[in-house]
Order: sequence, then structure tokens, then C-alpha cells
Amino acid sequence: MICERFASGKSILHSADPRVKILLAVLYAFVTVGLESQEGQILALLGGLLLVMAARLSLKEIFRRLFVVNLFVMMLWLILPWATTGSGIVNWGPIIITFEGISLAFSITLKCNAIILANLALLSTSTIFSLAHALAHLRVPSKIVQLIFFSWRYFHVIDSEFHHMNQAIKVRGFKPGSNLHTYRTYGHLIGTLFIKSLERGESVQKAMLCRGFDGTFWLLSHFRLRPSDICLVGLATAYLFFVIGVEWSPWR
Amino acid sequence: MALIDLNGISFAYPNGNLVLKGLSLRLEEGDKIGLLGENGAGKTTLLHIILGLLKPAKGEITVFGKRCETEQDFKKIRGAIGLLFQDSDDQLFCPTVLEDVAFGPLNMGMKRHEATDRAERTLDKLGIFHLRNRVPYQLSGGEKRLVSMATILSMRPKILLLDEPTTGLDEKTGKRLISVLQNYPVRAWIMISQIQSTIEAMSNKYCQMNGGRIDLV
Repeated sequence: MICERFASGKSILHSADPRVKILLAVLYAFVTVGLESQEGQILALLGGLLLVMAARLSLKEIFRRLFVVNLFVMMLWLILPWATTGSGIVNWGPIIITFEGISLAFSITLKCNAIILANLALLSTSTIFSLAHALAHLRVPSKIVQLIFFSWRYFHVIDSEFHHMNQAIKVRGFKPGSNLHTYRTYGHLIGTLFIKSLERGESVQKAMLCRGFDGTFWLLSHFRLRPSDICLVGLATAYLFFVIGVEWSPWR
Repeated sequence: MALIDLNGISFAYPNGNLVLKGLSLRLEEGDKIGLLGENGAGKTTLLHIILGLLKPAKGEITVFGKRCETEQDFKKIRGAIGLLFQDSDDQLFCPTVLEDVAFGPLNMGMKRHEATDRAERTLDKLGIFHLRNRVPYQLSGGEKRLVSMATILSMRPKILLLDEPTTGLDEKTGKRLISVLQNYPVRAWIMISQIQSTIEAMSNKYCQMNGGRIDLV
């Protein structure tokens, strides 16, 4: 179920330093969120597409993921056009579709997709573990890093426990339906899963105490900044400056 | 002087289930104790009490001649006593096998390159050096158990507490684990196992747990 589908690859972004990629992803998100002009937002989306192309990710998979995100964006399209005040374009009795509403929904769609694309290209090309390591190197508080780290590590175990239990109820002839028996069974299943997770957490803590854990998160491997990373930073920031320039340019 | 001396240990779980009732046990130099007992007899609980992971309601724990009462006391002895957990997934949590094996030595205060060096040598001794860059949770059951063993042996413990070391392993892997343990210079160990051949191959004393107490067989 859990797979880092994009994490293996040979593109320039796969081999880049994860620390650099995290910083760039954050920078990209902040700049994109702040863009107010449609030109700027379109350029940001274009930048995201360029990054995805540089990462040589499967476009089919990318669109599949974007589709999921845009289901949420669709909700905004259902609400914003008539819920925003401004100059009306269409008048349907009490419902007035405004120009401001549509342009707001449009700009949210652009920004959202731009950030998702950039994040897919920058972050999903690393394994979760190397991202956690990179966060630790970036001096993110150790507790947060450990939280991410252990969630990921044990999500897999808890997921497989859920599957085992699910299989076990299936072989005993359980067929889910819309009835109290089904709800009760799933209630038991989820309840048991919670307790099992808690106990798993306690066992893991015990095992770590046995090995002298005192809260320090040791790092063995070190990342090395290479010329190609500096190149990546240079290109990406140059592009962002270009986008900001367009945003502020007087000829727009 | 006994390496580990347990005296009158009583322990009950929060649900009121009294598993140990005034249990006493001495582990002497060279002892290889095979601990037998039914499911739920309190064997695992006993191992956890020795390391201070569970606190007994009553009784004294003396390790290497020193009384252990507080968490601080137990912290000092944990490096010298290695506990192999029943479930390897409890024990392995690092991104790579090498980091997992180096985790203990790093906690003991070793420098990064020393810890790496020791981890690599331990893996080599167990014949699993080739696994060093793998992700632990993606390993097979047998490989996980061997890596768990390595994470403990890399701390160079003097006493081993082995909770069902060969359960769930195929015969070949089980034998390999046994031969690794037999060649490891350890002063004593306590081993829980339900597998007769493992108990026979690895013990020179047998203890039976029954009704919250221990009897030498």
C-alpha cells in the first residue's frame, strides 16, 4: 500500500541534496502563495511543470495525483463564484455569479496546482527517510523529525496488522453490508488497531531504552552539497525572481 | 557473586493479573539458562523486569552486585545486558540496517566512525554485511531477526536475554543464529524458547516457570 513510487529514479532532482530540495520547496510555496497577478500565477504553474519534467516523473501518475487534489479545488468552484461579492456576470434570480468569485477560484486553482507540482518534483523524488534526515540536518526540532520518522516507519506495520485482521474476519465469512453487525465489527477492528498501535509504541520505546536511547537522534550519513545542487538553487531562485519581477513589473 | 540476582519479585499487570509471585532467580557466571513455561507464565515479563522496563511491586534486583531501583540505575546496566525482543519490528526502526546497528554504540557515546566501524564488523560476523544499506522493514523475517541480533551484539553485552530467538525462523536460519550465539563470548544468558531443539542446543540449566515462581529442573 505504501510505496515511494517517485523516489527511485536517475534525474537531476533525484540525485540532488534533499536539504536543498526541502528549502526550495518551502521557498517555492511561499512565493507562489504571495503572487497576486494572474501572469505570475501562470508562470508559477509553468515552473512547477518544468520541475516535474526535470524530475522525469510519469505524467500519468502525476495527473492521477493532481486529479485527487483538484477534487477538493472543485468544491471551491462550486461555492466561490456566487459566494464572493463583486460585479455580477450572470444573474440567476437570487444567485449572482461574480467576476471576482471566478477569478478568485481560478487563482486558487493555479496556485494550488503549482505548489503541488513543485512539491511532487522536489520532495517525492527523495525517500521519506532521507527527507527526515535532511530535516534533522536543517535543525528542525528533533521531536518533530522523530514524529515524522516513526509515523512513517510504523504506519507500514500498523497497516499490515490491519490487513491481517481484515483477512481474518473475511475467512470467517464476514461480508460487509449496511447493518449494525458490520458497523460493530469495524468498530471492534479499529478499536483493536488503536490498542495494538499503542502497545507497539510501548514495545518500541522499551527496545530503544534497552539500547541506551536518551532522546538524541543520531545521524550516520551526511549529505554533501555538490556543484549540481548549487546550480539547481541558482536556476530555481533565478526563475522565482523572474516570476516576482513579472508580478511587480509596471508594464503588466 | 551472581551476575543477576532476583529476590522475591512480585509483579501484577494493571488489570490485576498477578504474573510473578515472589520469584527468585540467580544467574551465575557461565550459566546458559533455558527458561520454560506455558504461554502467559510471565517469561517475557521477567526479562523486562531484569532491565527495568517494568517495575516490580515487590522484590530486589541486583545486577553485577549492585542494587537496581531507579531508572538511573537501570540505564547503567542496559548496555551490558542485551535483550532480543520476540518481535523484530519492535527493535528495528532506523532508515538503514547499518544505522540501526550503530544506534546502540552511538548512544554509548562512541564517535560516528567508531560506531560505523563496529556496526560493520558486527554485521560481517553475522554474515549479513550485504544487508547494510537495506531498509529494515523490507527485510524477510529471518533477516530481520539476524539484524536485531546484530543491533544488540554491537553493544558488546556481557549477558544476553533472548526472547524466543529462533521462533518463526526456518531451520537453516535458526541454526545459523544458534551458531552465532554459541561463538559469541558472553558470560551468561537466559533464553526463552518453546522449541525443544533450541533449548537443548543452547542451555546448560533449565528453569520452569509455574504459578508465578521459578523451579530449577
